[in-house]
Amino acid sequence: MKKEQFRTCPESGLQFHKPAEMLMRLNAVAAVVALLVGGVTALLITMTRWPTVHLLPADKFYQLLTTHGINMLIFWIIFFEIAVLYFCSSTLLRCRLATPKLGWVAFILMVLGAVINNVSVFSGNSSVMMTSYVPMPAEPMFYLGLILFAVGALVGCFIFLGTLVIAREEKTYEGSIPLVTFGALTACIIAIFTIAMGAVILVPTFLWSVGLIANIDAAMYRLIWWGFGHSSQQINVAAHVAVWYAIAAIVFGARPLSEKVSRTAFILYIAFLQLASAHHLLVDPGLSSTWKIFNTSYAMYLAVLASMIHGLTVPGSIEVAQRAKGFTKGMFEWLRKAPWGNPVFSGMFLSLIGFGFLGGISGVVMGTEQINIIIHNTIYVPGHFHATVVIGTTLAFMSLTYFLIPVLFRRQVFLPGLAKWQPYIFGIGMMVFSLVMMGAGTLGVERRHWDMAFTDAALGYDYPASAFTLMALVGVSGTAAVVGGGIFVLITVVSVFFGKRVASDSSYGTDTSRLMKAPPIVEPQGGHAAAGKWGFAAPGTFALALLFLATFVVYYAVNWKYLASVWPMS
Amino acid sequence: MLALVWSLIMFVMMPLWHVYGKQNLSNEAYRTTPEAFMAKTQAMVDQYTVRTETNQNMPVVHPPPGSDVYLIARLWQWWPLLELEKGQTYRLHVASMDWQHGFSLQPVNINTQILPGYEMVLTITPDTDGDQTIICNEYCGIGHHNMVGKIYITEGGS
Repeated sequence: MKKEQFRTCPESGLQFHKPAEMLMRLNAVAAVVALLVGGVTALLITMTRWPTVHLLPADKFYQLLTTHGINMLIFWIIFFEIAVLYFCSSTLLRCRLATPKLGWVAFILMVLGAVINNVSVFSGNSSVMMTSYVPMPAEPMFYLGLILFAVGALVGCFIFLGTLVIAREEKTYEGSIPLVTFGALTACIIAIFTIAMGAVILVPTFLWSVGLIANIDAAMYRLIWWGFGHSSQQINVAAHVAVWYAIAAIVFGARPLSEKVSRTAFILYIAFLQLASAHHLLVDPGLSSTWKIFNTSYAMYLAVLASMIHGLTVPGSIEVAQRAKGFTKGMFEWLRKAPWGNPVFSGMFLSLIGFGFLGGISGVVMGTEQINIIIHNTIYVPGHFHATVVIGTTLAFMSLTYFLIPVLFRRQVFLPGLAKWQPYIFGIGMMVFSLVMMGAGTLGVERRHWDMAFTDAALGYDYPASAFTLMALVGVSGTAAVVGGGIFVLITVVSVFFGKRVASDSSYGTDTSRLMKAPPIVEPQGGHAAAGKWGFAAPGTFALALLFLATFVVYYAVNWKYLASVWPMS
Repeated sequence: MLALVWSLIMFVMMPLWHVYGKQNLSNEAYRTTPEAFMAKTQAMVDQYTVRTETNQNMPVVHPPPGSDVYLIARLWQWWPLLELEKGQTYRLHVASMDWQHGFSLQPVNINTQILPGYEMVLTITPDTDGDQTIICNEYCGIGHHNMVGKIYITEGGS
C-alpha cells in the first residue's frame, strides 16, 4: 500500500516528498544555527580588527576566528548545500528521495561532527584556524569532528545521486535533467572529489594527532589540504550558480539563453577544478614556476571563463524574459523595472554582481603567479573570499531561503518589510567590507593577525594611517553586514517556528503529479531578437559584460604596475 | 569570445613576466633540518654581527654584498636582524625551525610562505630607502602578532 507522502505546493507547483521535505528542513535549520554561531563570532572578530575598538584578547581572537571560519565556510554552507541537493533532486525531478533513512544517518553524522569540532575549538586547545596547518597541532577531536561531518556530507551526495537514478528509472522527467539539477550534479561531483581529498589529508592528520604517525610534511599537507580546501569552494560556486539559474526561473520564468552553453560551462568547472587550489601555493618553497603557472591556469583559465559565461547568461536570460514581458525601452528598462523589493531577486542579483566584480576579478588577479607576491596572506585574501563566499554563496542561499519559507516550510515570511531591506544591508555591507579589506591588504595589513599596532612586540612597525582608517571601515562595514545577517536569522527562525501558516491547502497524497511544465514564456512577435535592440537579444547584459571586462583589464594592469615597484627578485 | 581571448592573455602574462619582469619568485629551495639551518645561520651571525638591539640582545648582522644571508623563522621571532646595502644583491635563505610562518616584508610588500623542512632562497636587490619590517603573516599561535623582524637598509659602502 502506498503511503500518503507527496504534496504539491499550490503557489509554486513544486512537489515535495515527505521524508525529503523533512530532511531539507532539518539541514536548512542546522545551516542557520551554524550561520548564527558564525555570525556572532564574526561580530566579535570584526570588532577586534577595528583598531580603536580592539575588543577581544589575543587568545580569544584566534579561537573565535577559528570558530567563525569553520562554522561559516564548512557547516553553514554544506548543511545548506545538502538541503539544496535534496531539493534539486527529489523536488525538481518530482520523485521520491533515495534511502531517506540514510539521509537521517548523514544528518546525524554531520551534526555530531559539527558539535565535536566546535566543542574542541571552544575548549581552547584547537585554535588552529580552518586550515589547521601542520605541524601546529589541534586536539584529535578537532580533526575527528571534521571527518565525521565529511562522511555525513558524502552520504548526502550519494543520496542525491541515488535519487537521480530513481527519477530516471521512474521516468519522472523527460529529456535531460533540468539545468538547475545539472548544476547541483556538478556541485555533487566536485563535492565527492573534494571530500576524498579531505579524507586523504585529514585522516593522516588525525592519526598524527593521536601519535600514530610521526611526521607530516608541511608542503605536502598544504598541497593536499588545498586540493580539498579550494575545491570545496568550487562546490559553492556550482551550487550558487545553480541557485542563480533557479531564481531567474522562479522570479521571471527565465530560460537560459542556451542550455548547451550553460551546461558546458558547468562541465568546465569539473574539468578545471584544481586551478584555484594551486593559487594557495604560489609563494611556497619547493614548487617550480612552471608547475605554478600551469596548475593555476591550465594554460587558459577555462574555469574563469565558465564563471564569466554564467555571469553573462543568468542576467541575459532575465533580460530576455523581461523584454518578452514588454520592458523593452532603452538598454536597461528590464533591469530598472525588475522586482527590487523582492528579496529573492535583489539578493540573487547583488550576489551575482558582487561575486563577479569583487570576488572574481580579485581572485584571478591574486591567483597570478607573480602578483601573488604582493598579496599572499595579507587581509586582501579574506577580502577576496568574503566577496565570493559571502556575497556569492551566502547571499544567494539567503535569497533562495526567502523563496523556501512559504514553499518548503509552509510559513509566511515574518516582517516582510524588513526582509525587503535585508539583502541590501547584508550585501552592500559585505561589498564595502570586501573592498576595504582588499585596500588594507594592498597596504600590507596581514590576515589572521591580532594587533596591527604591535603594542607588545619587541620591535614594531607603523602601518600608514590610511591602513588604520581602512581597518576601521572594515569594522564598520563588517558590523553592518552582521546586522544584515542577524536580520536574516531573525526572520527565518521566527518565520519557520512561529510564523503564520500559509493558508492554501497542500496536504499529502499518494499521487505523484506528472511533470508540470514551467509557465510558457510569451514569445514576442518576431522572436527574442526583435525584442532586443541593435541586433542583440540582451544588449543591456552585453554592455554590463563589457564594463566587467574593462574593469578586469584595468585592475589586472594596475596590479602588474604595482608589482613592478617592489624590490627586484629572482 | 572576448572573454576567451582575455583568458589567454592572462595566461601569457605569467611566462612573459618571467622573461621581461624583474619580480619573480625564485624556484630555488632545498630540504633542510632545523639543526643544519641553525648551524649555517649561527656561523653567519658569529662572523658578521655589528651590534645588538632590543632587551633580548638580538644580533644585527651586516653580511657582505653578494653573500648568502640566513634568516630563521621560529616561535615567535625572526632571527637575526639584518642590515643590507641598498642596490646590492643578496641570496636570502629563509627556513622555519618549527611551525609554518609567513615572511611579509613591509612597506615594500613582499610576501612568501616559510615552511619547516624547506629552505627557500630569494635573490633580492633592495632598491628602496628606509628600513623594512618583517611581519609574520602565517598564523603561528598565540605570539604570532609579536613576531617582528627587521631588514635595515644602509647606503652602499657604509
